[in-house]
Amino acid sequence: MLNTQQQPYTESRTPNERKTMPHKLIVDCSTGVTTEVELTAEEVAQREADAVAFAEIKAAEEAAAQAKADAKASAQAKLAALGLTADEIAALN
Amino acid sequence: MANTYTAIATVTATTSVANIEFTSIPATYTDLLLLYSIRSAGSYDNVSIRFNSNTSSYSTRRLLGNGSSASSDTTSGVSGSPGTAALCGAIPGTSQTANTFGNQLVYIPNYAGSNNKSVSCDSVDENNASGANAEMTASLWSNSAAITSILLLGYHGNNFAQYSTATLYGIKNS
Repeated sequence: MLNTQQQPYTESRTPNERKTMPHKLIVDCSTGVTTEVELTAEEVAQREADAVAFAEIKAAEEAAAQAKADAKASAQAKLAALGLTADEIAALN
Repeated sequence: MANTYTAIATVTATTSVANIEFTSIPATYTDLLLLYSIRSAGSYDNVSIRFNSNTSSYSTRRLLGNGSSASSDTTSGVSGSPGTAALCGAIPGTSQTANTFGNQLVYIPNYAGSNNKSVSCDSVDENNASGANAEMTASLWSNSAAITSILLLGYHGNNFAQYSTATLYGIKNS
């Protein structure tokens, strides 16, 4: 029988230990019991890899956005050098 | 709620946690519905989900409206989720409205079947009355295994804040 009631969970570590150790809540759907456990070394490694991957993606996105902005500014400067007014350049956007 | 919905389990974090995981999910339903209200303990984050602790073969497409513009992208253009998890929506954190949580609905049809698993997610979050995100994501987990566990994680690597809560529903005859 599935237990749909939220079950209390216990924590044996001190507050200082909890601050330094990543942990997760595990809900066993067959019993409804929730336990709080530290992440395994593998899970911590995956979490760190995720953060690195995110940082790399974010850096690439920011670099692409900057390159696009630089190209736009360069194109606008070249158009201005050809004699186009600011309104004419804006009309091209 | 329709009587075809059964609350399998629910959990509320009494302190900040890295992950919330539902395990030993019974195969007796046709679909799963995961509802959660989560706040990031970091400046902001996105919720991602993993099935059966598997870290490969996920892809996501996203539609995003933030109150002033709309966009769409794939996992490679989204903040995170390079194939190691299915991306869901953004959640607020310390840089956004205090004490608010992002609300998200994740639907997983035919979770116990032997085909690849599709996932849809609707989400909303708000930022100090200056903006809000409404997102819809469609994800695919290219794996034929029945889903027996679901892990929720902050993709930017942040913890979930205290009082974050999640409930897993099983759906029959849907």
